[in-house]
Amino acid sequence: MTLTELANPTRFLALTARLLPWLAALTALVLATGLAQSALAPDDYQQGATVKIMFIHVPNAWLSMFVWTVMSIASLGTLVWRHPLADVAAKAAAPLGAAFTFLALVTGSLWGRPMWGTYWEWDARLTSVLILFLMYLGLIALWRAVEDPSRAARAAAVLTLVGALNLPIIKFSVDWWNTLHQPASVLRLGGSTLDRAFLIPLLVMAAGFTLLFVTLHLAAMRNEILRRRVRSLQMMQARAFASDVSPGTRGAPTQVGAV
Amino acid sequence: MTSLSALMQRDIRIALRVGGGALIGVLFFLTVVVLMPFAVGPDLALLARLGPAILWLGGLLASLLTLDRLFTADHEDGSLDLILMSRTPLELACAAKALAHWLAAGLPLVIATPVLGLLLNLDMTATAAVALTLLVGTPALTFTGMIGAALAVTLHRGGLLLAVLVLPLSIPILIFGVAASQAAISGPSSFGAPFSILCALSLVSFVIGPFAAAASLRHGLD
Repeated sequence: MTLTELANPTRFLALTARLLPWLAALTALVLATGLAQSALAPDDYQQGATVKIMFIHVPNAWLSMFVWTVMSIASLGTLVWRHPLADVAAKAAAPLGAAFTFLALVTGSLWGRPMWGTYWEWDARLTSVLILFLMYLGLIALWRAVEDPSRAARAAAVLTLVGALNLPIIKFSVDWWNTLHQPASVLRLGGSTLDRAFLIPLLVMAAGFTLLFVTLHLAAMRNEILRRRVRSLQMMQARAFASDVSPGTRGAPTQVGAV
Repeated sequence: MTSLSALMQRDIRIALRVGGGALIGVLFFLTVVVLMPFAVGPDLALLARLGPAILWLGGLLASLLTLDRLFTADHEDGSLDLILMSRTPLELACAAKALAHWLAAGLPLVIATPVLGLLLNLDMTATAAVALTLLVGTPALTFTGMIGAALAVTLHRGGLLLAVLVLPLSIPILIFGVAASQAAISGPSSFGAPFSILCALSLVSFVIGPFAAAASLRHGLD
């Protein structure tokens, strides 16, 4: 099945209806395995049990960037190929991305409390994730500012692509800013090689969260398609109603009441 | 080329006339800087230390405030449709409009900086550094902000939405602008490195801004 065949929303709905239960079951299975593995993982010699936050935190942080990549590809689909489902995909992904980014921030903050002694540190990574979160919220605000979905889709696509170009620049500049302001280094895992006992649960959890995103994304896309159908049905009904009450029969209150 | 310079001249003339509102940005800049001592206290040493940051933040907000005018008035009176239909590439037209907007609304901010530097107890080098970084940085603010202005005009929503969309994108410019100014005043690091990155950001925005704004106008206004 090619991407062009999927362009038909009805076919997409039929396919995902069959696919989603299996996908959801697989997600639950992988996530359960990952959670069990991370619960059984040994404590870190330095961080103790708090290292287990990592198994939730890192997959969320990885998804916060992955979702923007998905949205960028979907935006290319909207602007270049005018794929009818691309803007649905982009719209459905934005709240999910914001949620994953928010979870990454919260878990990072909870992890920072025992490790750094503070909930919030203007650390380079935390700061750039916070900016990413703000950009997700701006994008959602843009989607919600306009009623006509196709008009909002093209504007959001431009903004998503500009954001994709800008995100590496923001990341780099925040790194620079941080080294300039805070020469004292903070304890972090990045860069150091992870032990296998941590790495395997982490990879399983990352796979589980990615599956979770795919499942939720497909479900959200289905909802969005149905929502748009409802909207166009309502508009058709309103149009039919308007032509009913056209000049000849205007001013007949019984008719208005009947519809 | 003549059409582009005509467009620029027209935009500058409109911006500087009654109702153009380009110079309101300078007034806003002045007001923000005057408000700062009321917030942090009249301590001159503290103001001198915060000075570059205050001036940069004021400049950022003032340039954001005037961005709304970049396309809105032209959209309302229909001349934006004429620009869209003309034979001049829309990207170049957008670049010309942004340049005109910067000359009318951005350059006055840079010129006002030395006066405001006096109010904040900045010495000669500090004032010169801030003015120079603003001279290089405000075009980048205008050109990245133009993307937001183009999005806002196609959606018939301006104001807050524009600010929310544009401000995160301008964080790198703010970081390197303030870093270069601080480096020139006190910092252990050199002025050259952040300043050249600021120049690079400006050059990048000259490329990305017009293309993204033109794409947004072309897709949004049909």
